[in-house]
Parts: sequence; structure tokens; C-alpha cells
Amino acid sequence: MRWRTAVYFLVPAFLLYTLFVVYPLLSALADSFWRWEGTARGGFAGLANFTGLFTTFPLNHQLWPAFWHTVVFFIGTMVVQNTFGLLVAVVLTELRFGRRFFQTVYTLPYLVGGLVVGYLWSLLLSPSFGPVNAALRAVGLGSFAKPWLGDPSTALPVVILVNAWQYVGFPILLFGAALAGLPSEYAEASRVDGANAWQRFFRVTLPLLLPSIGVVSILTFIGCFNTFELVYSLEGAQGNQPTGPGGATDVLGLIFYRVAFQEGGADAIGQSSALAVLLFLFIFGIAVLANRIVRRREAELT
Amino acid sequence: MTVLHERVPRVADRPRTGRRARRRTPRERAVLILALLLLWSYAVVALAPMLVMVLDSLRSNAQVLSDPLGLPGSLDLSSYRTAWTEASFGTYVRNSALVTIAAVALDVCVSLPASYVLGRYQFRGSGVLIAYFLSGLMLPIRLGILPIFYLLGSFGMIDSRLGLVLVYAASGIPFSVFIMSAFFRGLPRELEEAARIDGASEFRIFARVMVPLVRPAIATVVVFRFVPLWNDFFFPLVLMRTTGKYTLPVGLTQFFGEFQTNWSALFAGLVIATLPLIVLFLAATKQIVAGLTAGMGK
Repeated sequence: MRWRTAVYFLVPAFLLYTLFVVYPLLSALADSFWRWEGTARGGFAGLANFTGLFTTFPLNHQLWPAFWHTVVFFIGTMVVQNTFGLLVAVVLTELRFGRRFFQTVYTLPYLVGGLVVGYLWSLLLSPSFGPVNAALRAVGLGSFAKPWLGDPSTALPVVILVNAWQYVGFPILLFGAALAGLPSEYAEASRVDGANAWQRFFRVTLPLLLPSIGVVSILTFIGCFNTFELVYSLEGAQGNQPTGPGGATDVLGLIFYRVAFQEGGADAIGQSSALAVLLFLFIFGIAVLANRIVRRREAELT
Repeated sequence: MTVLHERVPRVADRPRTGRRARRRTPRERAVLILALLLLWSYAVVALAPMLVMVLDSLRSNAQVLSDPLGLPGSLDLSSYRTAWTEASFGTYVRNSALVTIAAVALDVCVSLPASYVLGRYQFRGSGVLIAYFLSGLMLPIRLGILPIFYLLGSFGMIDSRLGLVLVYAASGIPFSVFIMSAFFRGLPRELEEAARIDGASEFRIFARVMVPLVRPAIATVVVFRFVPLWNDFFFPLVLMRTTGKYTLPVGLTQFFGEFQTNWSALFAGLVIATLPLIVLFLAATKQIVAGLTAGMGK
């Protein structure tokens, strides 16, 4: 192939990707170090935009709570994915038929998309007309009926459960594939050695699954720290108001959107760029680090 | 010959047939019943919300609000009429379909030739170029929203479906190049060499010989890019201004604001937004399950 032909083949993808993916991210990095008045760039700001995130009102009151909500949101989702998801995957491998059917059913919510899932559950969980509370009353558990999304003590846990409901199909599929790929010799050998089912699972299967658990956790981490649609629709985000009762479900994705487009300060570009850079470093840094640990464990296993 | 070959059981099948012949002990049977109970209960939890969504969209609003757990008596499609005409869901669906299909098509059209070169030729810098494209798999592109906004603004493409198409197509390139270049790499050399000896031009070899061979990879890319783009809310929320250009997710947000009390219509709107994906999923379950678990079954 001649050089010229190769260039023709490569240029369209290169240009489109560079212009709309790489350039904006680099540009955000550059913007974070400058002073901004609306869309006009002022002088070099050093780290002022970054420190401003933690000192200017109302961000200084919202950023850390949102960070911790996101951390709790991630840990909660991850725990459900790696316990319930794993349990279902293990049970499915023992099934002689119907596995595909269950996998399909469990994966359906995954396709629906965060916004639709959020709106759907906001209706289902509505205090007065929602089917969830109606069902509780119908079976005599009416005392448990409550405004799930409006009560500060249940709002975040409910958001976590809805998120887990949406995404649990993915770890079920992933663990299922990993379990199917495990060499059966290990299980057979431990069976011969007289290990019971529990010992076989916790001493043999689980350690072999650690890389998959790592992958699920990393992907959950990236997903959770980018969450935006689900909370937006579930809690009915409005303008620049904190979301959920008393801001109980404010997460970083929402804060980023508000800083960039809703709060409308003159220095929105500088501040939101600084926040973007911090989020990027945090998410990317942890994901890469965790990935390296998982790879090392994987290498030790094989 | 082939018939004979198919009848020989594969080695991998043997232990399974052996296992199937074994009778379950009563204890194993009890465990199995517990397991099925778990699987079916969760199947109900996974499906019930979507079932309620469909059933309530088929009832009148008065019924939905007075009896949250009721079933539809007769088929009442009026909420779909409300959503489709009064709330201009017809427009949203058209915009979503237009933007999603155009973006996936553009993504495939630019990624195919690039993947062909990157997958089949080595030259100085090819490794760097591959890494450059693949690094996008991990980049949270949303964080670049403000520069994207001003970039599109400078092209006069705020509130433009074309602008959305360009951003979406670009965001899909890393995944498309990842999938398709791996596929191109796996194709045998003889094919293009034969075509070259026959005097076919480089473009012809690419278009007539190679592209038809990577159809499975194209199918994977189409299915996997379609879903997130169809569902995407963030970019149209920021970039679109007029109702006539809204895609489904933004339209849905507006709809939930305006029709707050018409639950039946709200459910119908959710069904309209979901239906294309369910159809796609049921049509391509195999590809989706295989794609989600790619590289896991060693």
C-alpha cells in the first residue's frame, strides 16, 4: 500500500477523533489554568480555579458531600454487583437449561438507559400513587410505605438499589463467562481431596475469580463517578438546586453539570474546567492503578 | 464427509453428557429448588417494573392513579396518542433515529478504512497511532463538554443535529477501531494478495474483498454504539435548544415536566423510548451477550 493511500484511509477518523474528543479534553486542561470572564480569557490563574472549587460559595458546601455520596454510591453498587451478581452467576452455571433465558431477563434493565430507569422508578416509588407503596399496603406492610425518594435516610440507598437493579445483569454475564472459563481440574482435584461445596467455592473458585471481581469493580467505579442521568431523573433535578432531600443524592456528575451550565458564575469556564481536570485525574488515576493491581494478581494466579 | 464429521461428539461434550446421566440426590434436588426459587424471584424483580410500565401505559390515567396495582381491562391506546401527538414524541423519535443512525454510520465509515490500515499494515508510527485511538476507550469525553460547546458554537452548530452527530460519531471511534482493527488483523493474507495479482486497486481490495469479510465486526459496532447513543441525555441536554430538534431523552425530560399528572401518558412515553432497544436486544441477544463478555471465557 502506498503512503498516499494509507493517509487517505486514516485521515477522516484521525481528524474527527482529534477534533471532538482529544482537543476538547486538552482544551479543558489548558482552560483550567486561566482566569475567565464569561467567554473572555483573562490572565494566567495558576491554581486559583482549583482552590476556588473548595473556597467559593456554594461549591465549598456541595463538593465534599457530593464526593462522599458518590463514594457511598460506588461502594453500595459494587457490593451488590460482587455478592448478589456473583451468587446468581454461580447458581446459573449449575443450571442444565434456561440459562440464556435468565441472562436475557436480568440484562434487559441494563439496556434501558439511566434516564428512563430513573423516571420509571420515580413513578413506581412515588409516595401516594406509586405501585411500590400500594403493593406494601396490599400485603399488610403499609407501615413500611414511605416517600422513598423524599426521605433523607432512604434516598441514597434507594438510588443505589435502582442503579444495582439496572446494572446487575452485566456482572452476572461477566462472572458467568469467567466461571465457564475456569479449568475444571481445580474443582475436581479439590473434590477428590475431600473438600465440600463451600470449601471448593471459597478456597478454589473465589480466588480464581478475583480478576473478574476486579474488572467488575473498576467498571462500576468509572460508571458511578460519571453517573448523571439516573439521579437527574430519579430525584427530578431542577436548575442549580442540590438534588434529593437536603441534597442527599447530590453526586459529582451533577455538580459538574451545574458548575458548567447552571450556576452561571462569570468564571464558570475556569471552575468547571478545574473540576473536570480533578475528576479526570481521580477517575483515570484510580482506574489505572486498580487495573495494574488486578493484572498483577492475575499474573500470580497463572 | 461433513455429515460424518458432525456426528462425532466433541471432546468438550463428553463430561456434560456424563453428568446429565447422573441422578440427583434428594439433597441436590432441594438445593436446585432453592436455586430456581432465587432465579425466578429475581426474574420477577427485574421484569416487574417494566411490566408495570407497559400495563399502566395501556390503562386510562384515572385507573392508573386510583388503582396502582390494577390490570388493564380493555386496550386503551389513548395515552400513546397523547404522547405521540400532543407531546410531539413523533418528532423526538424521528430525531433520535436520525441522529443515532447517522452517527453510527459516520463512525463506521471513518473507522473502517482506518482500522483496515492499522490492522493490516505496520509502518513507522503505527503503534503510536493505534495507542492514540485506543486511549479514547478510557477517556471520559463528557468532561470536555465546555470546549465541545464552544467548538460547535464556532461552527454555528449549537442546537444542530449535525453537531450532535459529529460528537457522537467521534466518541465511538475508539471502540470501533478497537473491534474492527482486531478483526482485520485476523483475516488471511492470501485473499488480498490474490486480488492484487488480479490487478485490483487498493480501494477496490478494501471495498470489495476486505469489508464484506468484517461484517460480524461491523454488526458488533453497530449494536454496541446504537444503545448508548440512543440513551444519551447529557449532550443533547447541553447542545439542543429547540423542542423540534430534541432527541428522545431530552424530550422525555420536558414531557415529565409538562405532563406530571398524566401518569398513563408518562408510562407510554417511557415505553416509546424503550421499545426500539428491546427489539434490538431480542434480535441480537447473542451478539450482545458475547460482546459484553468478550475476552472473559479463556
